[in-house]
Amino acid sequence: MTKIIPLGLLWLSLLVAAPSLMAAEISVKDGESIQGAVNKAETGDVILVYPGTYKESVYVDKDGITIRGVVQDGEWPVMEGEGKRNDAILYSGNDFTVEWLTITHYKGNAIMGQAGNNFVIRYNRVIDTGVYGIFPQFGKNGLIEYNVLSGIEDAAIYVGMCDNVDVRHNEVFDNVAGIEIENTRHALVENNYAHDNTAGLLVFITPGLPIKTTFDVILRNNFVVNNNTANFGAPGSIVSKVPAGIGIVVMAADDVVVEGNIVSGNKTAGIVVTDLAFITDISSDPESEPNPDRMVFLDNLMFDNGADPVADVKALMLTQFSRSGPDILANLGSAQEPDNCIINRERYTSFGVKKWSECERKDTADITTMRIPGGAPNEVVTTENRTKLLYQGICAGCHAYNMRMIGPPTLTVQALYRNDPQGIADYIAAPHKVRTDYPAMPPQGHLSPDLRREVAEFMLNVTK
Amino acid sequence: MQRRLRPLLLWVIGMALPLAADAEWRLSDICPAGFHSRDGGCYLQSFYSGYASLQESGVGGLKTGMPPLREGFTAQQIDLGRLLFFDPLLSVDGDMACSSCHQPARGFTDGLAGSVGRHGEAMHRSAPTLWNVGFLRELFWDARAKSLEEQMKGPLFSQEEMANTPAQLLKSLQDNANYEELFKQAFNDEPLSLGQVYTALAAFQSSLVSLGSRYDLYANGFHEVLTQPEIEGMNVFRSFVARCAECHTPPAFTNQQIAVIGTPEPEGAALDPGVQAITGDASQRGGFRVPTLRNIELTAPYMHSGRFKTLRETVAFYTGGRGHAVPKGEHLSLHWHIWEPDLTDHELDLLVAFLKTLTDQSFMPVLPAKVPSGLTPVATQILTH
Ligand code: HEC
Ligand code: HEC
Ligand code: HEC
Repeated sequence: MTKIIPLGLLWLSLLVAAPSLMAAEISVKDGESIQGAVNKAETGDVILVYPGTYKESVYVDKDGITIRGVVQDGEWPVMEGEGKRNDAILYSGNDFTVEWLTITHYKGNAIMGQAGNNFVIRYNRVIDTGVYGIFPQFGKNGLIEYNVLSGIEDAAIYVGMCDNVDVRHNEVFDNVAGIEIENTRHALVENNYAHDNTAGLLVFITPGLPIKTTFDVILRNNFVVNNNTANFGAPGSIVSKVPAGIGIVVMAADDVVVEGNIVSGNKTAGIVVTDLAFITDISSDPESEPNPDRMVFLDNLMFDNGADPVADVKALMLTQFSRSGPDILANLGSAQEPDNCIINRERYTSFGVKKWSECERKDTADITTMRIPGGAPNEVVTTENRTKLLYQGICAGCHAYNMRMIGPPTLTVQALYRNDPQGIADYIAAPHKVRTDYPAMPPQGHLSPDLRREVAEFMLNVTK
Repeated sequence: MQRRLRPLLLWVIGMALPLAADAEWRLSDICPAGFHSRDGGCYLQSFYSGYASLQESGVGGLKTGMPPLREGFTAQQIDLGRLLFFDPLLSVDGDMACSSCHQPARGFTDGLAGSVGRHGEAMHRSAPTLWNVGFLRELFWDARAKSLEEQMKGPLFSQEEMANTPAQLLKSLQDNANYEELFKQAFNDEPLSLGQVYTALAAFQSSLVSLGSRYDLYANGFHEVLTQPEIEGMNVFRSFVARCAECHTPPAFTNQQIAVIGTPEPEGAALDPGVQAITGDASQRGGFRVPTLRNIELTAPYMHSGRFKTLRETVAFYTGGRGHAVPKGEHLSLHWHIWEPDLTDHELDLLVAFLKTLTDQSFMPVLPAKVPSGLTPVATQILTH
């Protein structure tokens, strides 16, 4: 019985695979509402947002929707939060794309995903939004590219609890954290420009989250420059505990490759590798493995880091007879162990890498993306298959085709109501007791008359 | 004469004793609402059966698979658990059942800030709902039990609660001919054991599934079933300002993690150290497992201490300021998502409206009119449908 859902969805995915067949374009002009267009849109549709100011929060709980700004003569569509709206774009649907928008002054995030696989977030400008700029969470397979983000009091781009994400060609500046990869596996962070943040790139495990690991992350060919902005993170937030002046922080993550980056002018340290003790006053989580393991540091260009380190780092460096901070700081316990490796270590001022081994691999040229070829498989829900989902999700819990369950077999119901879907629709709104040897059926009055009728028709046509 | 009568008399008396197995006691061989029979076990069929979740974590967004459920119990085991759950025979005094504190009519809670213990004294924590309890990895407010079987030894054998002993519990069931017979039906004629009692109660509790609320219809594509204020409330809930969904994560509306959020105790009560009392870890002082919010409308009062009487007060806690209710002189390592969201009164109202869309009792089990012990079943008065 459970097989029916995947089958139905398979059929749908065929439709979705050829969206051009059904895709419509819906235009939104200044003074109109983007949400209004989303409400009308169906899977595969593209919503074109013309230049203008849009003062709204938009949520997308459908699959296969694209929101595309139209930039004309340098005029952008602007989503304006006025410091009082929560998030600009909130999506949960799969196959969601958002591009060509300017987003500013929201209290929460500019673009936030909660689940939703195969997301694409690109060509957006995010200025001074509250907490995060771009924040996909619980998503599999995503692309974040060509976005420019600034003035954000936590992470500008925050990939949290995701799998298979590429983050490339973005510029992040004047934020607390530039790009953060947290409790995420298989991420490629490439060709980004992270400057003038408190810290540039962060690869983290945060304890206390339901998905516990971060591993297989490549930081490649990024500019990570002058990240010395005083920390203006909200009190209590995790990033508020990160000292200013760090190019790259790797905390507790495993299998992180750092290659081809230009890391310079970060006043505390170029790269810090550390365990969970780095973040203080946080409730401990025995299920979070605290150690950073198997770092792979390939060739990077690093200079002018550590010119004016925070006190702790200065004290540490004094033990090495150096008054300036390091390019690489492998802080504490396992960060200094030989399961980590580095090549050409003599080029950098460093602390704690003495025991690191020599890397066998010299580059990662063979890896061009962390995304899944063909995308993540999805269960796509559209208006066409939702009646089936309703039947499966509610009615089939108690009615099997030819077997007694809590309710009588569907075959019995079909025989009783042969040409009378309305009879079923009426019965289920307020079921009365029919059979003495069955319990009462729970009322479905919260379904609209239309929905009851739809599901009734579906029930009469069930064939297995 | 005398000699011949004796056995006969004994036989007659035996017949007359209430302990004799009663022909009407037969366990159902049909899986409960929402469950399909497969390979002799009962397996859930729900809206969420077809969805995956990242790293099989059971957390995500609207269309995400649930965490793994304890399922595969037989229909008979579940049905036996149902009878045991409401039967005060399980308590030493024969006057308290699981359902005394987990009442179906109150979302399987008791409507009290602290449940009432064996001698009428108030306990200091509130009884959690049992809806969807089979999806939880760890049980109790402080997550101290790792399975339903481990959990139930708490109430069964605690002096404050049902105050039974394992030996006494086993004997009272063995002495009851109805139960003797029913356990045989549920467990292939094996001799009655405590392990079977635990299995049956776990089986019944795991069948208490609530995934058919109006919210669930919305999540699965029926957007028209929620009103505009309810949708707005959902958006506040999952916004990164209120951040409710970061901990009360769909589809279970809990991420099953421990969080220190610093809720107040009742007037005059000492701080409940929560998880710290179990692990000894000071950073977990005041930590509690994030509770589910499904059927939250039915389970007032709220929080571990039952300090808040209404949902409105409860949600207002989150905008009262980080640490505002932490007693002076206490240091708690408050969770980073507890912050200053500055929610407006209107947003708090919207949140409450949304929380009420999470109500669904359509799989309410049949509440037994009588139980095998012949005692009066507890809290079976109200039927919702
Ligand atoms: C919680 C279990 C449950 C669910 C969910 C459920 N049903 Fe039923 N249904 C029953 C039971 C039990 C009966 C038998 C009631 C009786 O005979 O008194 C029944 C009977 C019926 C009947 C027969 C009424 C008659 O005149 O004999 C129809 C039609 C029906 N259900 C349709 C549906 C549809 C459509 C849905 C989904 C929207 C649904 N049911 C969901 C348990 C359920
Ligand atoms: C005297 C009242 C009382 C009785 C009787 C009682 N409980 Fe409870 N139950 C509670 C309270 C209070 C808690 C929470 C205690 C805590 O977390 O420290 C609880 C917690 C639970 C939990 C954990 C739920 C969760 O979400 O963590 C389960 C499961 C449970 N009880 C099942 C049972 C079963 C099964 C029985 C019968 C064997 C039973 N209870 C009898 C009051 C009671
Ligand atoms: C940091 C994680 C976290 C966040 C964020 C969070 N909660 Fe909670 N919530 C908890 C914990 C932990 C408890 C139990 C605390 C206690 O009992 O002291 C709880 C309890 C509750 C309860 C009472 C549940 C019951 O069964 O008594 C409600 C209602 C609730 N939260 C709603 C919300 C709403 C609404 C929001 C957003 C405004 C929210 N929560 C944000 C962790 C969180």
